[in-house]
Amino acid sequence: MTYEVVIGLEVHAQLLTKTKLFCACPTVFGREPNLNTCPVCLGQPGTLPVLNRQAVEFAIRAGLATGCSIEAKSVFARKNYFYPDLPKGYQISQYELPVCLKGHLDIEIVNGGRSPSEVNDDKPGKTDGGPGGRAGSPPAITKRIGITRIHMEEDAGKLVHEHPGTRAQDASWVDFNRGGTPLLEIVSEPDMRSPQEAVAYLKKLRSILVYAEICDGNMEEGSLRCDANVSLRPAGQEKFGTKVELKNMNSFKNVEKAIFYEIDRQASVLDEGGRILQETRLWDADKGETQSMRGKEEAHDYRYFPDPDLLPLIVDREWVERVGKTLPELPDAKRARFASQYQLPVYDAEVLASSRGLADFFEACVKEYPQPKKVSNWVMNEFLRMIGNDEARIPSSPLKPVHLAQAMKLVDGGTISGSVAKTVLQTVFETGESPQSIVEKQGLAQISDDGALETALDEVIAASPKEVEKYKAGNEKLIGHFVGQVMKKTGGRANPAKVNELVKRKLSS
Amino acid sequence: MELFDLTIHELADLLKQKKASSREITESVFKRIKAVEPKVRSYVSLAEETALAQAKKADGTAPRGMLHGLPLGIKDNFLIEGTKTTCASRILENYVAPYTATSAQRLLDQGAVVVGKLNLDEFAMGSSTENSGVGITRNPWDLERIPGGSSGGSAAAVAAGECIAATGTDTGGSIRLPAALTNLVGVKPTYGRVSRYGIVAFASSLDQVGPLTKDVTDAAILLNALAGHDPKDSTSLNLPVPDYTKALQKDLKGWKVGIPKEYFIGGTDAEVAKALQTAIETVKKLGAECVDVTLPHTDYGVPTYYILATAEASSNLARYDGIRFGYRNREAKDLTSLYKKSRSEGFGPEVKRRIMLGTYVLSAGYYDAYYLRGQKVRTLIRRDFEKAFEKCDVILTPVSPTPAWKVGEKVSDPLKMYLSDIFTINVNLAGLPGMSLPCGFTQSGLPIGMQLIAKHFEEERMFRVAYAYEQANKWHQRRPKL
Repeated sequence: MTYEVVIGLEVHAQLLTKTKLFCACPTVFGREPNLNTCPVCLGQPGTLPVLNRQAVEFAIRAGLATGCSIEAKSVFARKNYFYPDLPKGYQISQYELPVCLKGHLDIEIVNGGRSPSEVNDDKPGKTDGGPGGRAGSPPAITKRIGITRIHMEEDAGKLVHEHPGTRAQDASWVDFNRGGTPLLEIVSEPDMRSPQEAVAYLKKLRSILVYAEICDGNMEEGSLRCDANVSLRPAGQEKFGTKVELKNMNSFKNVEKAIFYEIDRQASVLDEGGRILQETRLWDADKGETQSMRGKEEAHDYRYFPDPDLLPLIVDREWVERVGKTLPELPDAKRARFASQYQLPVYDAEVLASSRGLADFFEACVKEYPQPKKVSNWVMNEFLRMIGNDEARIPSSPLKPVHLAQAMKLVDGGTISGSVAKTVLQTVFETGESPQSIVEKQGLAQISDDGALETALDEVIAASPKEVEKYKAGNEKLIGHFVGQVMKKTGGRANPAKVNELVKRKLSS
Repeated sequence: MELFDLTIHELADLLKQKKASSREITESVFKRIKAVEPKVRSYVSLAEETALAQAKKADGTAPRGMLHGLPLGIKDNFLIEGTKTTCASRILENYVAPYTATSAQRLLDQGAVVVGKLNLDEFAMGSSTENSGVGITRNPWDLERIPGGSSGGSAAAVAAGECIAATGTDTGGSIRLPAALTNLVGVKPTYGRVSRYGIVAFASSLDQVGPLTKDVTDAAILLNALAGHDPKDSTSLNLPVPDYTKALQKDLKGWKVGIPKEYFIGGTDAEVAKALQTAIETVKKLGAECVDVTLPHTDYGVPTYYILATAEASSNLARYDGIRFGYRNREAKDLTSLYKKSRSEGFGPEVKRRIMLGTYVLSAGYYDAYYLRGQKVRTLIRRDFEKAFEKCDVILTPVSPTPAWKVGEKVSDPLKMYLSDIFTINVNLAGLPGMSLPCGFTQSGLPIGMQLIAKHFEEERMFRVAYAYEQANKWHQRRPKL
């Protein structure tokens, strides 16, 4: 049978506040266990929560950036359950009345569901960047994915089952450094119909959160976590099938793989006449499969109720407007502007705007070297390859926009060839030295001097009597052989146009 | 009279005139403790050494406030850094507080001397101080009787002269009831008036800190010290605190005192009812007009309270899980049994009963029928008071339906015990200020209290009426024979 998959995502984004959601402890990652704690975040008797204003602003930013309505009144609730990493025995979260409601974001789909950035990920640096986008690709289609709600909550601590100390092997340890860190939970509508759409949504959401400077988007460190609700229904049926919740996916690749796996699993259960159980399943990246964690029957009764220690959160229009004014240009707007202002192909604009770091790099470069399409090619082909498609590496990259601009000017001025420029930039990326100084130090300047080129060509001619004969007999294609050999002899520094000219002159006489 | 018999304002005068030193007062208190504590058992822990050191320090420094150098008792659900805070529960018997409650800090900042930590019903749940995991506190007026609860240790200690005044907490009447049963003045301020930070939570939306004192003036002085905004408590209101001692004036001309008919129907002990009638007559004589008011949802108070308070308590007490602090069963082999055994062995029966009730009313499927319904009734109760206050300045009611009862009398019947709070509970549900003050004695010599209730943040009104009434009587000057 043919099935249609229905996917909704719940994304947890750790906010970039300096302090925790309900106390003044720092949120710095990777410190010694339990260093970032105080009586409040440890749930000591008598302690009370005080809401972090910055976290509320970030929630408002997230809401505005995804077209949500910002609720004038929202309420914090207690979600009660016992676990050693949950110090109070409840998590403070928003439940019935969240701070943001009913938003959306748009994803671009090409190639049967894949987003342009997705395609780019598979083949880093291999985009041709030709006019009109990727050669041979169908044009991108925009699809709107609904956002049901965004709410604020505090994170739990974490259990450590191995300890380097000398204490008993069978003990578990609790590190509360993360406990109380502010999170946003962003819940989508079940609008996605393929794993690729889910990944495109997640990437777009991540990009928006990073753009808005409210989350660092680091999935490996857990700053961005994603749960997926996946169900199948026979193609054409309106009613949703039974959903399964997938947890524990810590990269885009794993999100895609886990959903693919789950679709196959559910399809074979249904094909064999079985029923899908409503349950929570964990993705095991090593085994490449999902495993049952708990069924509906074992689901917790969280006994939600409004937290009596916190007053309702009141957000007035003026506050929303004030926060709105601090929002930077977001990916969609930037993409549109790149396409129109710089006359870039849609594809280039999409790739460059997908990451704020990349977009800023590009624009800084264009300022120095106002030929946008050329800059775009270099950024997408060379720079992205160097940073391994990891935008997080942009700030620490020794290769700065000004370096790229400088290298391109050296090419334009005939000092180096395009291929030498690639080598030079690679060296810049490794050392941080300027292109100018690398070219000088390593003697990479192009050889346009007739004398030097003539000497090299003479040697090549002397070493290739057969080719000379054939060329003279009319095989003009062999000109490439002579040019290539000269290039080789000069370590790529020969000016190819000049060599070309020289060959013609020498062998026609 | 001995120094321990005196009030805050009397002792402050003596200190000012250098007729007594803090050391002398503190020594007097500890001498009294040695004499009567074996019979009364007010304290969970005493801090004689540090108290004498604080007294010595107070004698050597300029006064920092009205409480300077005066020995006070602190209910053992207030955290004071470096000292045990047990809540009279086995689960916290060895718990040493890592920080100090805002309200306790305010007393220390005024130079108060801390005598020790006072007994209470476990986690402040109870009306008799019989639910203490440490032992039962006795009523100094009759040692066979209970002092009321849950601030029974605080009330008994002040009444017996084991401290000059004490702090308490009031969730459903826990300051006012023991005050009434021991001939003291007890104030439950408006919710939000005193910080809850550092008070072990029972029911967050109802708990409030307040004073237990020998007279109205002392209550005003102690509340002055406790009250005020605290940025660490989100429910603490950022409003200026008036000087409550300025409200203490003798006449009540032009004042309207509301008498709610629902609080004056059958069921109340005859002697209590009579004392209240006499009190109403006295108030009239002082120039006030007594008007009939109605609080139609009064009867729903007790059930509503036991839904909302237990719901919050079940959640607030989840943190006592044996993981980070407090009692842990050492034999447990897995997580679930660690929770079960630690909590089963750590909590007493009344606390367990309330946790179970609260867990039930919050559970999926019952939430709407109980918790949500309870919140709606709470709103109705609050509106009753708002309407009544359109007609009067303060409301006057009984505090307890009976004088102090005998130890063990109501222990086996929780519902009967819960009804002791029938006149005090609605004040907590409405978040209003209420106070209890002496208004007479039974023939057998047991104290009777009356309650004054005012609008939100208008504690001054009840202080004014209370002071005028107190001046017209001398009930508060009687001391128990011990």
